[in-house]
Amino acid sequence: MKYLGLIWSNLKRKKLRTTLTVLSIFVAFLLLAFLFAIKEAFTAGVRIADADRLIVRHKVSLIQTLPVSYAQRLAGLAGIDAVVHMTWFGGIYQEPKNFFANMPVEPEKFYDLFPEFTLSPEAKEKWGKTRNGVIIGRALADRFQWKVGDRIPLTSPIWGEPEGESVWDFEVCGIFDTSKKGADTSGLYFRYDFFDESRTKGKGEVGWYTVRVQNADEAGAVAAKIDAEFANSPFETKAEPEGAFAAGFAQQIGDIGAIMIAVLSAVFFTILLVAGNTMSQSVRERTEELGVLKAMGFTNGLILVLVLAESCVIAMLGGLVGLGLAWGLLQAGNPAPALLPVFYVPDQALIIGFVMVIALGIISGAMPALAAVRLRTAEALRRNG
Amino acid sequence: MSSLVQIKDVTKTFHRGSEDVPVLSGLNLTVAKGEFLALMGPSGSGKSTLLNLIGGLDRPTKGSVSIGDDRVDQLSERALAAWRARHVGFVFQFYNLMPVLTALRNVELPLLLTHLNKAQRREHAETALKVVGLSHRLKHYPRTLSGGEQQRVGIARAIVTDPTILLCDEPTGDLDRKSGDEILTLLQTLNQEQGKTIIMVTHDPHASARATRTVHLDKGQLSTAQPE
Ligand SMILES: Nc1ncnc2c1ncn2[C@@H]1O[C@H](COP(=O)(O)OP(=O)(O)OP(=O)(O)O)[C@@H](O)[C@H]1O
Ligand SMILES: [Mg+2]
Repeated sequence: MKYLGLIWSNLKRKKLRTTLTVLSIFVAFLLLAFLFAIKEAFTAGVRIADADRLIVRHKVSLIQTLPVSYAQRLAGLAGIDAVVHMTWFGGIYQEPKNFFANMPVEPEKFYDLFPEFTLSPEAKEKWGKTRNGVIIGRALADRFQWKVGDRIPLTSPIWGEPEGESVWDFEVCGIFDTSKKGADTSGLYFRYDFFDESRTKGKGEVGWYTVRVQNADEAGAVAAKIDAEFANSPFETKAEPEGAFAAGFAQQIGDIGAIMIAVLSAVFFTILLVAGNTMSQSVRERTEELGVLKAMGFTNGLILVLVLAESCVIAMLGGLVGLGLAWGLLQAGNPAPALLPVFYVPDQALIIGFVMVIALGIISGAMPALAAVRLRTAEALRRNG
Repeated sequence: MSSLVQIKDVTKTFHRGSEDVPVLSGLNLTVAKGEFLALMGPSGSGKSTLLNLIGGLDRPTKGSVSIGDDRVDQLSERALAAWRARHVGFVFQFYNLMPVLTALRNVELPLLLTHLNKAQRREHAETALKVVGLSHRLKHYPRTLSGGEQQRVGIARAIVTDPTILLCDEPTGDLDRKSGDEILTLLQTLNQEQGKTIIMVTHDPHASARATRTVHLDKGQLSTAQPE
């Protein structure tokens, strides 16, 4: 296109200003991508929750345990399809800052209830044969460079150590992936039978149940029925959809998230306004030049296209590189796996980011360009003399 | 000689807020093809306004402006842009070159609107710069040229499309006597040797002396008589 040279020359007009503008847009969109990643980290649990899964916990709080015998009673209730229990183990690997979730589960039921986790048949077989075996998520394996066959010693302030041992000695049997974007693969699961035999206190107690209802539409009714079933017993329950449970969980750290999101948003929009204003300013300074182009016979439309091309190049140079870099960095590895187990830039955020980049280019270019071409040529030319 | 520019009963009134600013009132002017017309008058008398009407940069409040067969005052914005590209070359007092483009690329600019290919555009631009005597300054940026040289680039840019008429608004107004004279000689040559029709606004009797005819604008009307 023959106008490219003209656009390029204009971009080079004030190299320092253009460079700084591109840089600030770059920073803004890098920030935006991280913003979306953080937001996703806080809400992924809610979003990926299955509508047909309920969590049944102690009515008073999540910390209080329920009897393992509830599994049978739950399974016997009408409308319930499958039941699995989990218990917060709180195991620590070397030091507390290495935090990750670790829980005893019953493998077969676990597979059934959480089909989003995929594990090879060999791994399942090995886990079936290894009493102290564990399966770990891909993110966790990457974080500590663990592979099948590795031994992981954990200590648990909640449950203590097995009789006569100084640690819980686990062996990695398999690494699971996920078929669902946003699902958390930062956890470790070990066998409940091993856990229950080895623990020295609280035998027969579990943390909570996850149950699958036959019909997602009846989830609310089933939850009410569960709570009624255990009412007036020493262990009253509270059943709620997995999404609500995750939301409640996220709420606890959510305030920090909300503050972070608010601050980052403010910074993002401030940078955007400043960059947009700079771009607009550089067009306004050229009102007279645009007037000369009009005198030469350039149409308003062509002038608008030239100015927009220029501002869009600046916006895209900064914005797309910023979004791309954030995406690449998080794709390569999670910088804070202990804090935010799920941390990635959602595809939707990339699309929103792209639209904002284009909008920035168009708005900051179009406003001064429209003002310039609307100005009668004669007046644009009068400005200098 | 056939007439090229025909201005009939032109009135131009600007509006500044609620106030009307009458500038031209019932003005008539005919310029023949091949004329070199000097347009003089006190500051604020409407010389630039008249030039802009002729060049299709502005529209009269009343009356008609015809250039050749075209009723310039009646063309649509779009058609007017195309008409300017084809028929008019502007020369400005402050040259108004693009600072980011070399002399050659400044002159090439109006050719972007034509169907010429890159090589042809370059050739035309070089020829125009040769006509104004700047063959040795093709790659220079405006800020590295003297005022006189910049104005010659401005003239090269105005003639590169071979327009029907050249409109110059105080082309020597910002130059010293010597550079101004060179520019006037250049315009005179273009008029005499290439038959270009030129309308030049000027304050300088020395400049108007080079023209084939001089008209004076005062109080919205034209007169050929010298004001005392
Ligand atoms: N867009 C406009 N809006 C309002 N008034 C205008 C506008 N353009 C010109 N004028 C007024 O019209 C009158 C004539 O202006 P014009 O620029 O044509 O004068 P001029 O003869 O070229 O003066 P000079 O010799 O100083 O260049 C002036 O009083 C000016 O203020
Ligand atoms: Mg003037």
